[in-house]
Amino acid sequence: MSETMELSAAEIARRVNAGDISAREVTDAALAQIDAVDGRLGAYLTRLHDLARVSAGRVDARIKAGEHLPLAGVPVAVKDNMCLAGTRTTCGSKMLEGWVAPYTATAVARLLDAGAIPVGKANMDEFAMGSSCENSALGKTRNPYDLGRVPGGSSGGSAAAVAAYEAAIGMGSDTGGSIREPAAFCNLVGFKPTYGRVSRYGLIAFASSLDQIGPLARSVEDAALAYDVMAGKDPMDSTSVDRPVEPAATALRSDLRGVRVGIVKEFGTQRLGPEIDSLYRRAYLDLERLGATLVDVELPTAEYGLATYYLIAPAECSSNLARFDGVRYGLRVDGEDVGQMYERTRAEGFGPEVKRRILIGTYALSSGYYDAYYVKAQKARTKFGADFKRAFERCDLIASPAASSPAFAFHAKSDPYSMYMMDYYTIPMSLAGLPALSVPCGYVLPEGSSRPMPMGLQLAAPLFGEVQLLAAANAYECATQHARQQRPEGAL
Amino acid sequence: MSSDNIDIRYVAKLARIELTDDEVERFGRQLGDLLEHAKTLHELDTAAVSATAQVVESRNVARADAVGRCLEHETVMQMAPQRQGAFFRVPRIISEDS
Repeated sequence: MSETMELSAAEIARRVNAGDISAREVTDAALAQIDAVDGRLGAYLTRLHDLARVSAGRVDARIKAGEHLPLAGVPVAVKDNMCLAGTRTTCGSKMLEGWVAPYTATAVARLLDAGAIPVGKANMDEFAMGSSCENSALGKTRNPYDLGRVPGGSSGGSAAAVAAYEAAIGMGSDTGGSIREPAAFCNLVGFKPTYGRVSRYGLIAFASSLDQIGPLARSVEDAALAYDVMAGKDPMDSTSVDRPVEPAATALRSDLRGVRVGIVKEFGTQRLGPEIDSLYRRAYLDLERLGATLVDVELPTAEYGLATYYLIAPAECSSNLARFDGVRYGLRVDGEDVGQMYERTRAEGFGPEVKRRILIGTYALSSGYYDAYYVKAQKARTKFGADFKRAFERCDLIASPAASSPAFAFHAKSDPYSMYMMDYYTIPMSLAGLPALSVPCGYVLPEGSSRPMPMGLQLAAPLFGEVQLLAAANAYECATQHARQQRPEGAL
Repeated sequence: MSSDNIDIRYVAKLARIELTDDEVERFGRQLGDLLEHAKTLHELDTAAVSATAQVVESRNVARADAVGRCLEHETVMQMAPQRQGAFFRVPRIISEDS
């Protein structure tokens, strides 16, 4: 592997802006790494060699003309639910297998305008529904830390690509944990900003009141750099928030003095087994050593998170995915009349998990059950917001596990509910719209395995607390350096 | 509110998805299990709580009534699985004798 690919995004941008290396050279190194390892890893559904080289040429011309670009020459993996004009955008689904996006998502456009180079479209669970990438209808992605294990999901392709040095930044989307869980599984920083911070224009919708785009990176600084570029109001997304974005990358801290960190009583880690329990206890002590004050907080609604989420998200998805009907774009399977055409198209185009969620959502929204399920879940959601509001009166940040286990083996979670449990710690923050991230916090040895697998510490902040959140995560990362202690075998 | 008797074929009809017999059996069982879990929500007292649809305060937005940039008609039509000139082509919706 070229040394260039081990550089951080911040360092690549520094060198390209300084003229020490060209965007073209970085791009060639990224494409070479993809060609060398992606046959084994399967992080990408589409490799963008031609577009990447053209983009690099443009970036080099802009640098030569005197521009300074915050992400100059930084290779980026784009999750395949984000539109990039002229490229195949599949959502990991047979429904969109051959679909070429006619426009570019705002978040993607902002990264590219800042000098980033799109090197590929990354694999994902179909329509972002899943926690392992196993629900992709178009390919299998392996975890670079153990090829026999999943990379997490749904942004598993972006995570694997960044962990295996096939990109410096990954773009992910997070509805109930889809950035944070794969980041934890692949030893990365994965950051979901406050709902509405990043435009969803051009992100193929799953659950519109929860979906949020964010970065995956090998350091907090890189995640902050990408966030600073992609955040901000967009007239094309009326739910994007019109509020100034304070830069996070220049506000990173090296200590936690004066920061109160809440430990959620209901999130007790004892039930995760002694090894994982002691790993998180150590992580909390490290926060304390950095100057933070630990306080106990309560989230009485926490145990209802999965039930709430698995009504609201499917309800919204059943509505959003109604557009895939074989008429205007995507797959069509013919039938004798228009109704049969719809039903056959959707039967063939959607995989089992997508069908399952559409059916749950349709049921929860149907006449007679709407109040009992959907409205009830929306009321429970209000309680989550109130719980967090109370908790944040006593603390500035909340710390917890990002996932309840390290990456698991393929096919290990065969019943839907055990897969849904993976999101136990990330869902409450999603329901409340909070900014939250996962940062590497050490390794555990899965049963029967000799390969240590990474774990993630989740930190969450009040709404719009991105700067404080990233600043604190940086302090923890710099003091502990967990990610540097193991090399991903699949990248080498 | 019992989920034991979900008419999965009726739900699939509403969702416009054709299911195989095997899927009817499997999804029916899995949905039953999930809704059983969802029922734990009924332990939560929400009598005095209003529903949350959006977590971040937002207002309805109206843009200026001016022509903006949008996709070319032909760009959109080229994505159609079947077309006839400027129209999307679909199977017959109304039969001749109705």
